[in-house]
Amino acid sequence: MAKRAKVMRRIVIYVFLVTLSIFTVWPFYWIAKTSLEVGKNVYKYPPDLIPHPVSIENYTGAWRTLNLGRYYLNSIIIASAGTFVNVLLSLMAAYPLARMEFKGKKILFFLILLPMLVPVQGTIIVNYITLKRLHLLNTYSGLIISQAVTIFGIFLMRQAYLGIPKSFEDAARVDGAGELYIWWKIMTPLVKPTIATLATFQVITWWDNFLWPMIVFSDSNKYPLSVALVYLNSTFQVNFRYTAAGIVLAILPMIILFLFMQKYIVNAIAGGVKY
Amino acid sequence: MKRKSYHRSLKMRQHVLAYSFLLIPLALMVLFIYYPMIFGVRLSFYDYNMLGKSVFVGFGNFRELFSDPYFWNALKNSLLYLLVVPPLQMISILLAVLVNQAIKGRTVFRILLFIPVVTPITAVAITWQWLFKERGFVNFLLQSLRVVSDPIPFLVDPKVALFAIMFVTMWKGLGYYMVIYLAGLQGIPQEFMEAARIDGASESQVFFRITIPLLKPYIMFCSIMSSIAALNVFGEIFAMTKGGPNHATETMALFIYNKAFEYFRFGYSSAAAVIFSFIMIAFTIFNLFIFKEGGIKSYYG
Repeated sequence: MAKRAKVMRRIVIYVFLVTLSIFTVWPFYWIAKTSLEVGKNVYKYPPDLIPHPVSIENYTGAWRTLNLGRYYLNSIIIASAGTFVNVLLSLMAAYPLARMEFKGKKILFFLILLPMLVPVQGTIIVNYITLKRLHLLNTYSGLIISQAVTIFGIFLMRQAYLGIPKSFEDAARVDGAGELYIWWKIMTPLVKPTIATLATFQVITWWDNFLWPMIVFSDSNKYPLSVALVYLNSTFQVNFRYTAAGIVLAILPMIILFLFMQKYIVNAIAGGVKY
Repeated sequence: MKRKSYHRSLKMRQHVLAYSFLLIPLALMVLFIYYPMIFGVRLSFYDYNMLGKSVFVGFGNFRELFSDPYFWNALKNSLLYLLVVPPLQMISILLAVLVNQAIKGRTVFRILLFIPVVTPITAVAITWQWLFKERGFVNFLLQSLRVVSDPIPFLVDPKVALFAIMFVTMWKGLGYYMVIYLAGLQGIPQEFMEAARIDGASESQVFFRITIPLLKPYIMFCSIMSSIAALNVFGEIFAMTKGGPNHATETMALFIYNKAFEYFRFGYSSAAAVIFSFIMIAFTIFNLFIFKEGGIKSYYG
């Protein structure tokens, strides 16, 4: 009897999980299906549930006519340069806050965390004016420099540095190592897992970033994919199957990254609870 | 004596390194976070012109806002988002409980449920726009299941559009909050649940009497996060409806963006942003003080 109840319980759990998984994944299946079909009306109703015949024609077509290669490259440039700067500045700001004694430490840390409460809408207008004055509108450096500091990154790296025993530092100092050497060669390699966490999180954030690049770039040739998709979708009468191919290409790298870096992404989010 | 001078020079060197490391990050924060906060407030009292002269107008922008029906409309839409999405987002607790069971393949389910979180918002918004078409998949499904007889024009009907977008926001957030609740669940010793079950507690009793109370700090945290996200929502609305039809999906974030970058009324938009920021900050501080666990007090822990 108890065994039967256990089996029943298991079945109920599976039914729930399968239904919910279909719910979260179905839109991706549907857009991929749309992008793989050719030779029939995209508005066919009722729609076919399985693409037939399957073809990558829409992908080659979209790549050729929609300038997708350019947008892809822009996204890669922005995501990699942005992440690099985010991680480096987080390491630099977090290290003294975690490992050194200096005057004004508490107040500086407080000032770094405080703006977390400020919504992004409160800053975009003035930042637009600032970039214009610095002649950095419509440039990658303008986009990245204005979002170079991540409060979350500083917090995360500080936590990581705090976790290293003092003896590591002291041993190096006794051996005559300089402070810079200790930071870069001894302490920073020890926080590599947290660096991977932060970097993965920032790559996803930059790839997703939409509002700010849309404002900064006036030249559509500089748009990352996230902005270009909306631009193509609303500005031109593009064949929707081409747009669908573009969407799949924008989504795919993030899914692959996620599959490889699962543990780190989950750590970043679960670590956010402390944050 | 030698030791003392060594310590003094170490302290000295640490000071130099600390300040030089913090210099660039702090300078960038001042320029791109603190300065906009202060200058944004100033801007809200001006009729700002990028090219010509800016004119001080006192509370003029605010007076105009309060008599602007679209401002109230945007505020109403934002508050509606706040009231609907965060409570529904609590379904994630159920997801977390399910993927926390000792069953085969739970890692696969965790991955599948989490995928929407890592995908770019504009890409999924256009995907949902496609699904929500009159001849789209959602209507096909509802008609096949005989839930509706005529297709629903989800993003065209002003009464439905905002709710359709809320649905997308919720869908995309499910996995994010699931992971947080999962971290919470893994902190609860399994013996608590086992003991209750042995004493004859039903599954729903275990869930409501043991799991939920022990997850309280996590529920608080997720409520704050999803409330902030609901107030800030922008990408999905912009990509799906641009605030339309007829302002039906225009939230505060959209209103501020439109006034600034469609009409180039920077002063007016700043005034709206100031009011909005005050609401957000007040709301966050309120939350942080009501819910003592998590939030600002744990920073110095």
